Amino acid sequence: MIRIFSILAGAFFSVALLWSFGKGASSYVSEPPKPTVESVYHKHAEGPEGGFSFEGAFGKFDKQQLQRGFQVYTEVCATCHALKHVAFRDLKEIGYNEAEIKAIAAKYKVPEYNATTGEVKTHDGVAKDHFPPVVYGGQGSPPDLSLIAKARHGGPNYIYALLTGYQPQPAEVLKQFPDAKIPAGLNWNPYFANLNIAMPQPLVSEGQVSYKDGTKPTVEQMSADVSAFLMWTAEPKLEKRNQTGWPVLGFLLFAMVLAYMSYRTVWADKKH
Amino acid sequence: MSFPWAKEYTPSHPAMVWLDEKLPLPRFVYNAIGAGYPVPRNLNYFWNFGVLAGFCLVIQLVTGIVLAMHYAANTGVAFDSTEHIMRDVNWGWLLRYMHANGASAFFVVVYAHIFRGFYFGSYKAPREMIWLLGVLIFLLMMATAFMGYVLPWGQMSFWGAKVITGLFGAIPVVGEPLQIWLLGGFAPDQAALNRFFSLHFLLPFVILGVVILHIWALHIPGSSNPTGVEVKTESDTVPFHPYYTAKDGVGLAVFLFLYFAMVFFAPNALGHPDNYIPANPMSTPAHIVPEWYFWPFYAILRAFTADFFIIPAKLMGVLAMFSAILVWFLLPWLDKSPVRSGTYRPTFKKFYWLLVIDVLVLGYCGGAPAAEPYVMISQIAAMYYFLHFFVVIPVVSAIEKPLPLPFSITEAVLGKDEAATVAPAE
Amino acid sequence: MTQTAVADTSDDAAQGVRRRDFIHVAAVSAAGVGAASTLYPLVSQMAPSADVLAESSTEIDISKIQPGQAIKAVFRKQPVFVRNLTPTEIAEAKKVDVGSLRDPQSLDDRTKPGKANWLITMGVCTHLGCVPLGAGEGEVKGEFGGYFCPCHGSSYDTAARIRKGPAPKNLEVPPYEFTSDTVVKIG
Repeated sequence: MIRIFSILAGAFFSVALLWSFGKGASSYVSEPPKPTVESVYHKHAEGPEGGFSFEGAFGKFDKQQLQRGFQVYTEVCATCHALKHVAFRDLKEIGYNEAEIKAIAAKYKVPEYNATTGEVKTHDGVAKDHFPPVVYGGQGSPPDLSLIAKARHGGPNYIYALLTGYQPQPAEVLKQFPDAKIPAGLNWNPYFANLNIAMPQPLVSEGQVSYKDGTKPTVEQMSADVSAFLMWTAEPKLEKRNQTGWPVLGFLLFAMVLAYMSYRTVWADKKH
Repeated sequence: MSFPWAKEYTPSHPAMVWLDEKLPLPRFVYNAIGAGYPVPRNLNYFWNFGVLAGFCLVIQLVTGIVLAMHYAANTGVAFDSTEHIMRDVNWGWLLRYMHANGASAFFVVVYAHIFRGFYFGSYKAPREMIWLLGVLIFLLMMATAFMGYVLPWGQMSFWGAKVITGLFGAIPVVGEPLQIWLLGGFAPDQAALNRFFSLHFLLPFVILGVVILHIWALHIPGSSNPTGVEVKTESDTVPFHPYYTAKDGVGLAVFLFLYFAMVFFAPNALGHPDNYIPANPMSTPAHIVPEWYFWPFYAILRAFTADFFIIPAKLMGVLAMFSAILVWFLLPWLDKSPVRSGTYRPTFKKFYWLLVIDVLVLGYCGGAPAAEPYVMISQIAAMYYFLHFFVVIPVVSAIEKPLPLPFSITEAVLGKDEAATVAPAE
Repeated sequence: MTQTAVADTSDDAAQGVRRRDFIHVAAVSAAGVGAASTLYPLVSQMAPSADVLAESSTEIDISKIQPGQAIKAVFRKQPVFVRNLTPTEIAEAKKVDVGSLRDPQSLDDRTKPGKANWLITMGVCTHLGCVPLGAGEGEVKGEFGGYFCPCHGSSYDTAARIRKGPAPKNLEVPPYEFTSDTVVKIG
């Protein structure tokens, strides 16, 4: 009895699926999906040449690079983008000493909300404070950057590709897709999901920041540096994670061998 | 119940004798997973996954309780408290990555355990109750995993909560009030987050309880084995300890190696980048997908794209998705083959591997965007899924001619001649 | 001949047993070491996190505290009393015979050289952790003119030393330093 019901139920679901399939297939044939401007022109993100120092299981952050990236962030990105999950004290990890951190923090005004009086006061930043919110006057809402390297497919490579990927819209785009005109105020960038990004090109020319360590501030260099810095803000424990991982795996490999030897010994006299 | 030749617990130390009289806990453990539990001698590595699943549950309980010491179930700070764990709490990053990847590991192990059961007919009499409890554990795991994924209150958390509770909205008449009741509001918000946290904390202990019943039910008929032939004599079995504790030790070490390789070197590989964006009720991510372990079922849900007579497509999808799991409850009664193990069922075996491929295809389509050709592929794959359980299993089991079975486990292991010397037929 | 052969095999067997035991002991010990080392993160996660540790120093501006006044500040989420002692209070504190005290300390032990008027102590009664009165404007200072804990009646003198009541110790002096004449850094 149960088997008869079951066969009927199977037939029911199969017919319903066939019905859906038939409808879908007929519209697929009558109106085959056309390529969209995104499907044709969106490009997969590529990182800087030679990759980043923190890639791979032995990866380490390059503190000099992170400091340069931090400089790019503060001089360029910070105008619109906040960094709320990062505290000034965290900068110790990228090689700043206590006095330097104190000086960096003191440049920021950190708001303090008094829930009793409703007053908002500000104080000069101290090491324990987080980077304060950024008031942005324009249209839209620039995302907080603390986690951006983990919040986008491709991570730091995506950030690098996006920063270096601004270009005029290729002429053939409009030939193929007459509707794909860049909306007012947006900018063409083949690495951005819908190809039109609100953020104007932030790193436009060599020497936009001047590095203290003498590195030549090309657009590629600045983009790579700030991408690396944002990877650090998103995953500050990356280095510790790699460093802890190897001994743990080594130990487990050793345990695996012992467990296997023990298993062989236990079963030595038992055929199975 | 146990086999008459099961070893009896005989404590020698006076303290253990005393304890055994007052509270025979050591005896209980001895008979459950010690030398007092005779187990077929021919279990292969697929029989490791039960113990591994139990281990995963322990990992999740321990890391989860610890994470709950730092997490705050409040929509205003849930995301930040998760980042606080990742950045400031001592070893917080490790504990969170262990918990997130632990969920994936748990599902990998449990899927292997379930498909072991499908192939070797572990659901068949006299082990129906073990199977039913197992499917119940799987359902509880799905609920727990879903609610846990909501807690960080990222974009995928929020939209996952919205979409999955939306499934209940498909139920005629009571659907919409039910959905609102589940969420405690019209969209996921404080009320939903707080109750999901409470239930996410509770359900693992419910799972633990059902796991204990699952193991209890297992000890009544004893473990099944790759031949599917029941235990006949003592020579068919070995004591669980040390034989299978040693073998499980190997499985556990291999499992932990792979698991920690994920935790330390690819902790976000199975996650979705959008969940590092705080929840935003005003903007849906371009491509929402559940975690990978829900993909096959998600593909089935999405495969129903057209209304079927009076049944709306949405309801069909929900109905089908739940049926796809609930049919497992009926499996012991749908499969009437007298032969348990797939090894001796040539036709069944072919369909079994087709099902494995089918589920992988469904999984792939479930993770892909809701666009052609993935929808059409998942429609075909979902059709096979239903045909397999509802039609192929009952029909094949009725008409298939199985291969000859070995007389006993001992014979299967040692060959006829040697077996005769160990266990003479009575 | 047969005798020796038998002896040999049994010896081999014993060797084999020892080798087997060694493997099991090693495997079980490895499991034990693994289990024990997972305890480390599980235990240390309960210790103060980085953001809590970062709050462990506080800077206080003392320029506005007049002699005879005190303020309450926060150090490690607990009150700190910063008190500007009057010359009378200092004299009173110095008059006491240190040897007769429950927790013998002189005022000089409890203040920085040359800054004897700045009495900086935790505002946490050493009995069971209540906040003593006496630092706020108009609060009772107890019969020894320092602090008075209303919970169980401990009285502290003008050097915040325990004089009466159940508290075992003087109010704790936190580590601090004067970073300038007007700023004290606690912690």
